[in-house]
Amino acid sequence: MKLTGSQILLESLRLEGVEKVFGYPGGAVINIYDDLFDSPIQHVLTRHEQAAVHAADGYARTTGEVGVVIATSGPGATNTVTGIATAYMDSIPMVIITGQVPTALIGNDAFQEADMCGITRPCTKHNYLVQDIRDLPRMIKEAFYIARSGRPGPVLIDLPKDIQVATMIFSYPETVKLRGYKPTVTGNERQIGKAAQMMLKAKRPVLYVGGGACLADVSPELLKLAELLKAPVTTTLMAMAAFPGDHPLALGMLGMHGTYFANMSVTECDLLVAIGARFDDRVTGRIEAFAKKAKIIQFDIDPTSIRKNVRVDLPVVGDLKKVLGSLLEQLQDHPREVAAQVEQTTGWRQEIAGWKEKQPMTYKSSKTVIKPQYVIEKISELTDDDAIITTEVGQHQMWAAQFFRFRQPRTFLTSGGLGTMGYGLPAALGAQIAFPQRQVIDISGDGSFQMNSQELATLVQYRLPVKIAILNNNFLGMVRQWQQLFFDRRYSQTCMELPIDFVKLAEAYGATGLRTDKVEDVESVIRKALETDGPVLMEFKVSREENVLPMVPAGKGIHEMVLAS
Amino acid sequence: MKHTISVLVENEFGVLARVSGLFSGRGFNIESLSVAPTLDPDTSRMTIVTRGDDRVLEQVNKQLHKLISTIKVVDFTGEDYVERELALIKVTAEAESRAEVLRIVDIFRAKIVDVTPKSYTVEMTGAPDKIDAVLELLAPMGIKEIVRSGPVVIGRGAKGVAGN
Repeated sequence: MKLTGSQILLESLRLEGVEKVFGYPGGAVINIYDDLFDSPIQHVLTRHEQAAVHAADGYARTTGEVGVVIATSGPGATNTVTGIATAYMDSIPMVIITGQVPTALIGNDAFQEADMCGITRPCTKHNYLVQDIRDLPRMIKEAFYIARSGRPGPVLIDLPKDIQVATMIFSYPETVKLRGYKPTVTGNERQIGKAAQMMLKAKRPVLYVGGGACLADVSPELLKLAELLKAPVTTTLMAMAAFPGDHPLALGMLGMHGTYFANMSVTECDLLVAIGARFDDRVTGRIEAFAKKAKIIQFDIDPTSIRKNVRVDLPVVGDLKKVLGSLLEQLQDHPREVAAQVEQTTGWRQEIAGWKEKQPMTYKSSKTVIKPQYVIEKISELTDDDAIITTEVGQHQMWAAQFFRFRQPRTFLTSGGLGTMGYGLPAALGAQIAFPQRQVIDISGDGSFQMNSQELATLVQYRLPVKIAILNNNFLGMVRQWQQLFFDRRYSQTCMELPIDFVKLAEAYGATGLRTDKVEDVESVIRKALETDGPVLMEFKVSREENVLPMVPAGKGIHEMVLAS
Repeated sequence: MKHTISVLVENEFGVLARVSGLFSGRGFNIESLSVAPTLDPDTSRMTIVTRGDDRVLEQVNKQLHKLISTIKVVDFTGEDYVERELALIKVTAEAESRAEVLRIVDIFRAKIVDVTPKSYTVEMTGAPDKIDAVLELLAPMGIKEIVRSGPVVIGRGAKGVAGN
């Protein structure tokens, strides 16, 4: 039977196992939306295309599945770009389908035309312009394969309107033939053996874990490895949930706003084992001072990540699941050496314990004004172990990383690479679509929240019980903090002078709004929000000029921190 | 240091933009680039001349590999290879200089491919430094126009680069 291009698209999505898509209709995708009426695929209508992409991203980060987005041509398509770039920087598997003007009009500056392949080339793993319906099934198959394999990432398919209505006899390819794309999955055994030897010899080892560990679902292997060698573990922002935050070996986050003891451990270690981490500038600080005394082992699936920013003594390219599995096997074959290793690193762990005692991760509490860190500690205390936390970008994001104790993998969604304000609310929406029964909380700031606040409508429409905690300081807090510390308190354009009534805003959309400026009410507000059905917005009026500390000033080594006390 | 890299790519929509965009987006230098299909019409071969230290070149090679449309990347630096470039040079040739142009063309085993009473068009093939040399000698006669193809390279010996 002949199918149209839009029917082929939806049938192919179904064959790829797609159950939910996020999107927004328009002229160039009207045929797809017509066919969606008869499809088993559930479509979630956001209020902005950027939010559709972040929602699909949140869906992908929590489930590990490919997130799927549909948007129309021109402005609909360009609105997706920030979302796509966000997913690209954090290696999130996504397929984005954009409508395009008919092939005959491409290049004519037609109504709602934008060159999406051109625009998204630097922020997608790959992209396709479909020029012939006969290519469509293959391109969809390849797009999903590319998005989820190797180092994952977003893939865009630009689908002209005439291809959507053209017809052909449909058959979906079973395999993918890509001459130029064969990711290395199995790590080199000899390299892994060398890594094991280096780890058995180290006197001051640190495991430095990045977002790749979340993507590869290696939290169990990681825990095993850390406990086997009793090796301390520091995680990047992207990997906060990959290792339990309350574990005795957990050092918390490293880098610009990392803990004192994580940054000191990395500075003083003699072996740094990077696991799915890419030595981002927010992690390394001044690169010449980073882990200067250490040999570096790097495990990563992407060869371009290796030696991109730092020298690496031993690289191992491969899927972390396989590589860590094989590393554990090799280590477990040497129980005596492992025991000796644990023994010889006792002093190192004591030294770290000393740093922890000297400078614990803390803040100055208050009885009169709500400290933002206190709100996060309370949320951490009152939520389930499998609660999903999303954030926007700024001070609240760093405090969430510093003071929330993550207990399970894939429970922390944040824009680490691109740093996209407005990410958290739609990402929470996507996570709640994926897991209707779990607690989903967007920790937000008053600035970021206003970048995608229209998604309150989507939450209410789909009865998604997302809880939003706005830490309102009436400032663009992180920029204000920089202005305070490095620009002589000249608060240029960072004071959000118009006080927004967030409670009324929530109520306007049909959600519940709660507000407090009293320390003693914080807990009851959180409890009430968690007990309330449907979406709830909590506004906490917090101390206005609180800073995120420790902080490594730009251009300094990560041991040169400005500390809280 | 100068590197000459051959890149086998899928001969498909947008592939040139992917490669050139990679260079500009990551701040890699691109000195010349030439591209044409191979025997297999689905494959094109690009020859790229670039400059950078070892660390930059490692990234250039890896990033090129990472493109889905890239099939193979060969950096010829340190290898034994033949390098050729084509140049077409329109040079003023009047009265006394006509004979001199012909002499230079003869010495370099170049060819005259177009003649007018006032000019010769010279076709010259050779290693880039040879083309530089002929240009230097012809310059005093008055060069009206020049087109260079950018170099292409192939490895010496019987073995071919697989993929074409």
